[in-house]
Amino acid sequence: MLSRTADHLFWFSRYIERAENTARMLDIAYQTSLQPQSAEASEQSWRSLVSISELNSLYGTKYPAINGRSVMAFMVADEANASSIYNCLRAARENARAVRGSLTTEVWETMNQTWLEFCKLLREGALTRDPSALFEWVKYRSHLSRGVTVGTMLQDEAFHFLRIGSFLERADNTARLLDVKFYRHEGDTSTDPDAARDFYYWSAVLRSVSGFEIYRKVYSNVIQPDKVAELLILRPDMPRSLSHCVTRMLANLRRVANPQSGETLRRVGRLEAELAFGRIDEILATGLHPFLDGFLAEVGDLGAGISRDFLVPSTSDTP
Amino acid sequence: MQTPFDEMNALAAQSQSQVQGGSRQASGPGVRAHYEAYARWLAEQPESLMRERREQAELIFRRVGITFAVYGDKDSGEGTERLIPFDLIPRVIPAAEWTSMQAGLAQRVTALNRFIHDVYHGQEILKAGIVPADEILNNAQFRPEMMGVDVPGGVYSHIAGVDIVRAGHADGSGQYYVLEDNLRVPSGVSYMLENRKMMMRLFPELFVQHRIAPVAHYPDLLLDTLRSVAPPGVSDPTVVVLTPGMYNSAYFEHAFLAQQMGVELVEGQDLFVDGGFVYMRTTRGPRRVDVIYRRLDDDFLDPKVFRADSQLGCAGLVDAYKAGKVTLSNAIGTGIADDKSIYPYVPKMIEFYLGEKPILQNVPTYVCRDKDDLAYTLAHLSELVVKEVHGAGGYGMLVGPAATKAEVEAFRAQLIANPSNYIAQPTLSLSTCPTFVESGIAPRHIDLRPFVLSGDTVRMVPGGLTRVALKAGSLVVNSSQGGGTKDTWVLED
Repeated sequence: MLSRTADHLFWFSRYIERAENTARMLDIAYQTSLQPQSAEASEQSWRSLVSISELNSLYGTKYPAINGRSVMAFMVADEANASSIYNCLRAARENARAVRGSLTTEVWETMNQTWLEFCKLLREGALTRDPSALFEWVKYRSHLSRGVTVGTMLQDEAFHFLRIGSFLERADNTARLLDVKFYRHEGDTSTDPDAARDFYYWSAVLRSVSGFEIYRKVYSNVIQPDKVAELLILRPDMPRSLSHCVTRMLANLRRVANPQSGETLRRVGRLEAELAFGRIDEILATGLHPFLDGFLAEVGDLGAGISRDFLVPSTSDTP
Repeated sequence: MQTPFDEMNALAAQSQSQVQGGSRQASGPGVRAHYEAYARWLAEQPESLMRERREQAELIFRRVGITFAVYGDKDSGEGTERLIPFDLIPRVIPAAEWTSMQAGLAQRVTALNRFIHDVYHGQEILKAGIVPADEILNNAQFRPEMMGVDVPGGVYSHIAGVDIVRAGHADGSGQYYVLEDNLRVPSGVSYMLENRKMMMRLFPELFVQHRIAPVAHYPDLLLDTLRSVAPPGVSDPTVVVLTPGMYNSAYFEHAFLAQQMGVELVEGQDLFVDGGFVYMRTTRGPRRVDVIYRRLDDDFLDPKVFRADSQLGCAGLVDAYKAGKVTLSNAIGTGIADDKSIYPYVPKMIEFYLGEKPILQNVPTYVCRDKDDLAYTLAHLSELVVKEVHGAGGYGMLVGPAATKAEVEAFRAQLIANPSNYIAQPTLSLSTCPTFVESGIAPRHIDLRPFVLSGDTVRMVPGGLTRVALKAGSLVVNSSQGGGTKDTWVLED
């Protein structure tokens, strides 16, 4: 298939996944804000959202203070924020439109309708009226997009590039979420050793990745941070864990391998092995933050490697 | 002004004031035979149902993304992409009329292809004095690069869109005329196909009641045609559609045709030339391309030969093309045959190349470089439309009946100073078709663009794209200026 087509497909699925993950994190922050908490904790929770996307300075130039209303406006509807759900869905739709011929009619129409309806929802004030319902809707449209992709697309190269985009983006998002949530927590526990608050904190983290019920099922135990980390990093059967995402990336990359892609494949394979044979006590002993930092750098490199091997035409093609 | 020929109602001229009232008046004693069943059906439909269906159609077109791009607006989801208004009332053509039109189209396009070949080879028609040599050699559309270049099968315009209008005679009959040939990159065929799909979705019962000739196989015919003009020796040619990109106003059509044919939709940046051949960049390395259905003007094809600033084309493409390593469809230089200055000579071309009488008529045209035609034109300026031969978009044009005496006299002076620069035509009264507008059902002017495919043989699907001027009295059917489209039914006997 055309390299440019693969590029659009890859980014189409990345942007959808990013919109979903942003909606997930916003929803949890919003739900949490409805519980009794100090003004400081509330601000901290909203601030961490902006930090996850590394958008603090852009946010600072546009909004005087950190509060739920502003952060939601910034992360959902702000056209100046390239990572806002608005811009993610727009970019997803633009990428899909550029290659609508490589998608099934159902996949394209699902995306197109998502975009048209999202704009309508924003115009009608859905974000101020019922933020949770809007976040649910974004998640649901992402589910629909994924379902219609898996349910209608021929499992050819186009399909594999779509999947690679989804899992790469999800791995990146889960790692960022963990990093921010653990970092904040590490700096925080000494001042407030309140077990009940801990419970709400970690259960919110789990819920943001649909992991609360899974945690109970897997561990049948009280919620402990190291187990939360284990679930989201190492469990191969947890669909949003780093291990699962990397395994799926590897499987899809193998299907599209070409003579240039050996090195990229090797590095995904190595990363997969690290996660498959890793232990959470080892990771925590060397420090979660350095581990996640390294992981995010590796994922960034993989994205660049995939672009080089498949998407951006290699210069040797041009006479 | 003559009475406009109404496609549905023979008596429309007498009863036009009544027709505007609502749907009930659509049927009646004056309904033409091929519209009878439809008019009966229409009379039974409450207006509310038609309004509902129209809204439904709009929603579906939006969801499917059948839109054309408009520049400059802020993107609010609907801002930069507009729908082309779709009218619910079909334009119906009886079988016999289509049979004759089809023969006329094949004849005309065949002669035009022979003409282009001749212009770039022996120029026999110039030597014979049928088309003045300076009309060709000094024409901006003439491409000297194409002299002596052989193209597969000698076919240049593989996809032609011929614009046809019908004008009414005083006796109430109507006659088809060719208004314009589009031999470069004619567009609109996707609307023909989508309009049909929409009608079948909205009004399935009509397709049970009528025997309507299908059009959905157009992409098959197109692919067949493109494959048949591959460079010699290529047994399983790779065909691609070349688009200027997703911000082009006809992008939907490019993507649609590529998808329907199952071929790659490429942009200039996806192509490169190596060792004389054209390749596209794929995830598995370079892949050779044999036939390019390009939806890009000549000027943008190759920055080495035409516009150097073009980002849309592919450097070296023209050399590969001239060497016969790749087929461009349509060929370079077809504009020489659809220029306004050449149009008056098409009937003579048909006689010259095919030895046949033209089946489809031109709009009567006075070529002012001709002494007699000039004399006639000068004597009838207030009745004629006079056009600059290379002008476009209504610039440099005199509409006699609408002009003041002073304007006519000013134009007369220009015309006498440079007669070769002008042609003149009578003001035609374009036919109308009942159309569902805000006030109800009312007559609106229409034209027809059939698409003619030429490869190893000439193929077409019955009908074409009917465009309609939605403003009362307007003759402008262009989508950029408030025109809409209708489904076009060719009835089978």
